[in-house]
Amino acid sequence: MYRILQTVLFALVLFTAVPNLGLRAEEGLRVLVNALGQAKLSDMDEHIAALTKTGDPKVVPILEALGEGNLYARKADGQVFLTKESGSTLTLTDPVTGESAGEAPKTALSKVKVNNGVRRAVRTALGSLTLLSPDRGARLKAAQSVLQSPNAEALGAVESALAAEKDGEVRALLEQARATTLLISDRPAEEKKEAVRLLREKGGREALPILSSALGSADETLKPEIEAALASIEQTQALWAAGQNVWYGLSLGSVLLLAAIGLAITFGVMGIINMAHGEMVMLGAYTTFLVQEVLRNSYPGLFDWSLAIALPLAFLVTGAVGLAMERGVIRFLYGRPLETMLATWGISLILQQSVRTIFGPTNREVGNPSWMSGAFELGGLTITWNRLWIILFALAVFAALLFLLKKTPMGLQMRAVTQNRRMASSMGIRTPWVDALTFALGSGIAGMAGVALSQIDNVSPNLGQGYIIDSFMVVVFGGVGNLWGTLVGAFSLGILNKFLEPYAGAVLGKILVLVLIILFIQKRPRGLFALKGRAVEA
Amino acid sequence: MTNRARVTGAFLAAVLSTTAFNGAFAAEDTIKVGILHSLSGTMAISETTLKDAMLMLIDEQNKKGGLLGKKLEAVVVDPASDWPLFAEKARELVSVDKVSAVFGCWTSVSRKSVLPVFEELNSILFYPVQYEGEESQRNVFYTGAAPNQQAIPAVDYLMENEEVERWVLAGTDYVYPRTTNKILEAYLISKGVKPEDIMINYTPFGHSDWQTIVSDIKKFGSAGKKTAVVSTINGDANVPFYKELGNQGIKAEDIPVVAFSVGEEELAGLDTGPLVGHLAAWNYFQSVDNPANAKFIETWKAYTKNDKRVTNDPMEAHYIGFNMWLKAVEKAGTTDTDAVLDAMIGVSVPNLSGGYSTMMPNHHITKPVLIGEIQSDGQFETVWETPGLVVGDEWSDYLPDSKDLISDWRAPMSCGNFNVATGKCGGKGS
Repeated sequence: MYRILQTVLFALVLFTAVPNLGLRAEEGLRVLVNALGQAKLSDMDEHIAALTKTGDPKVVPILEALGEGNLYARKADGQVFLTKESGSTLTLTDPVTGESAGEAPKTALSKVKVNNGVRRAVRTALGSLTLLSPDRGARLKAAQSVLQSPNAEALGAVESALAAEKDGEVRALLEQARATTLLISDRPAEEKKEAVRLLREKGGREALPILSSALGSADETLKPEIEAALASIEQTQALWAAGQNVWYGLSLGSVLLLAAIGLAITFGVMGIINMAHGEMVMLGAYTTFLVQEVLRNSYPGLFDWSLAIALPLAFLVTGAVGLAMERGVIRFLYGRPLETMLATWGISLILQQSVRTIFGPTNREVGNPSWMSGAFELGGLTITWNRLWIILFALAVFAALLFLLKKTPMGLQMRAVTQNRRMASSMGIRTPWVDALTFALGSGIAGMAGVALSQIDNVSPNLGQGYIIDSFMVVVFGGVGNLWGTLVGAFSLGILNKFLEPYAGAVLGKILVLVLIILFIQKRPRGLFALKGRAVEA
Repeated sequence: MTNRARVTGAFLAAVLSTTAFNGAFAAEDTIKVGILHSLSGTMAISETTLKDAMLMLIDEQNKKGGLLGKKLEAVVVDPASDWPLFAEKARELVSVDKVSAVFGCWTSVSRKSVLPVFEELNSILFYPVQYEGEESQRNVFYTGAAPNQQAIPAVDYLMENEEVERWVLAGTDYVYPRTTNKILEAYLISKGVKPEDIMINYTPFGHSDWQTIVSDIKKFGSAGKKTAVVSTINGDANVPFYKELGNQGIKAEDIPVVAFSVGEEELAGLDTGPLVGHLAAWNYFQSVDNPANAKFIETWKAYTKNDKRVTNDPMEAHYIGFNMWLKAVEKAGTTDTDAVLDAMIGVSVPNLSGGYSTMMPNHHITKPVLIGEIQSDGQFETVWETPGLVVGDEWSDYLPDSKDLISDWRAPMSCGNFNVATGKCGGKGS
């Protein structure tokens, strides 16, 4: 504490005594920055406040580096530098002059420690410092950070920024930011009332914590106003929450659809109880991992394309494994479902353990390309990019498969063989090859599903196990042998699950869904969309 | 599903046990050490590392000349993540392979499954994982953290340093999270937290769709009070959970998550960029800066021939447990179970976080508690640690059933559940 006062005083003296000498200002800044290197975590707030008070634009990159953990102190003399990591060395930049200061091994420097408290303080400080930045993006970020962590002292800065702001979007944010900071300041009740009204109109979920914390300290005249605003926001939020639930259901449904769609071919169309289906998904995910490893090491610029490259590869790899499985094992077991089940299950174990031996039992890191990270707001809905892409991808795979089955000669042959093998054979179709290709197609699609699922789940040898039961559930519920049934089945199970979850909890929700399916199968043993006609009996 | 896992386990175990059995006859006059960790099935992800760590420790000790003039010999079996198989394999280790001590188990249910075996055959088990407490067995040494060595200091940290007032206790639905959350709930209420400020949520093993729960947490956190999540979510389910947190934009500055089952090994499968600042409470981090740890990491990387391998807390627990056992055997001059059990209490060995750990009469050890924040390189940075060592408290003081119980395995008490209120040995548990 004493040390801080000392440095702050010293800096202040430098600033006030010789205000016009830039050199002295630089010296003062350097003292403040170097003090960061010695500071304890609990004193960081005051150091950051002292830095912010200087109002020097050079403080912005320093604070940014601090927040990102790129500020290091040299062990030898306590000098603090902005750094950039490259292998085991750090490229140093002088924080005050902005000039390069060479390189140094990591061991010669120690990182300026930050924790959540420090990051919060940095965010607040940066918010008020960059409100007037010429860059629109920086202003937008600043307004957001003021909104997220309002600070009564920044009110003046927010108001002056608001007066100068021309851009519509930034203005809207700043108005909200002003209202939130106003609520925690000591302005008169009239102004606060105005702020509450604004928050009530504009505010989404972010407004709730501000209003409810303001409720505690508000005086009597303001209380009913805030309560009304809270009630109104909560009401609209409840409506949006229902919409959000439907979205979650669709998203879960699309994952189920992806996992099940390959099985809809191997089990649904061909009638093979393929217990190794989950492992095909897993192999697809590992293909993605391998593609990303190669790209990371050799072509880092192509990383955003990794999924597009992995998709055809995963299809080929798992398709080939499927082909080998069909030719090597399954074709000898047609018409013996129990043996097929045991054999495919054995294969699934072999595949799992071999992946475990080759890649190790631990999770592998599969990164999200930038276009699949993050979320955006649509009204009151939060929509994450990866989920959106997965829904689109699932629908695209479904459409492609439908087209293949209904509109191409190969699809025609597949349907012919599964509906009446002997008739198809006597028409000159090579039924064994059609069987093999159908199975390979089903496996290949499972592999493509693995590419998508690697984005949201663990890539570990156990990946497939989690999906096998769900996949069978979807196919049986939707109706064996019917692709549309799989689509409807997947989405209705997804939505049902998500609507049960908030009331029953995740564990009980899953059990309830299973019970409902069992009851449903009692009533309609062939699922939602049962195949009709003679083919069924064959 | 379970059937499936069981048959897998049986098959693989059969294959592996034959190889282990052959190994057992290979060398004459060695001291055998059993390693009971799953090498296949769902828990292989965590336990395989511990098997490797034990092999490394035994290897290192043999280079130093072994123990009591004899070489140490590892006997590895694979219980295949199958709880009843743990008991069978433990019995095989003790009665067929005649091992002097067993290092093993991860999940609480596997430990519970082997307890009767160790009691019946009078052998020693070292259990290296943080667990829910409420147990103290004569034949078991608990080198992982009890709830008061992990969960309670973590909550204290959040209360004091982050001023958290609202709590989400999220866990996987099994015994460790349920008991830990029960203890935490009682503790929080004793600290004046209102019941409506605590949200408890359980999810199945391997849960992968976290959308609803994460948005519930977001909603719970928007009540104007600082909110934190205390996560006892197990293993595999963590990756999708953290991914969803990152995607829904929950930053550690707003709602920090403190986890008890996420270590360096779990983070290795994740892009930790969006997770910077989320917390974990352990008794050891790889990033702890001291010579003993640096040497351990170096040996580990050399042993596994992989520069990217990380170390974690349960590995350190085995390191401590193994060294304690060596010391106790040397002190007793024999590997005889009863003599070693007596010699173990009071044994003190260096740990990797820069101090000494001592075996207490309740068969738990003293450890420092560290709180670390996740960094973008997948490591933790210690932001807080307990000023001294914390003694493992087997019977929680915050549960009405166990607050009167103590454990002391020294003569003349020799009791794992002595009730101080009634003055008798016996009570809840065994």
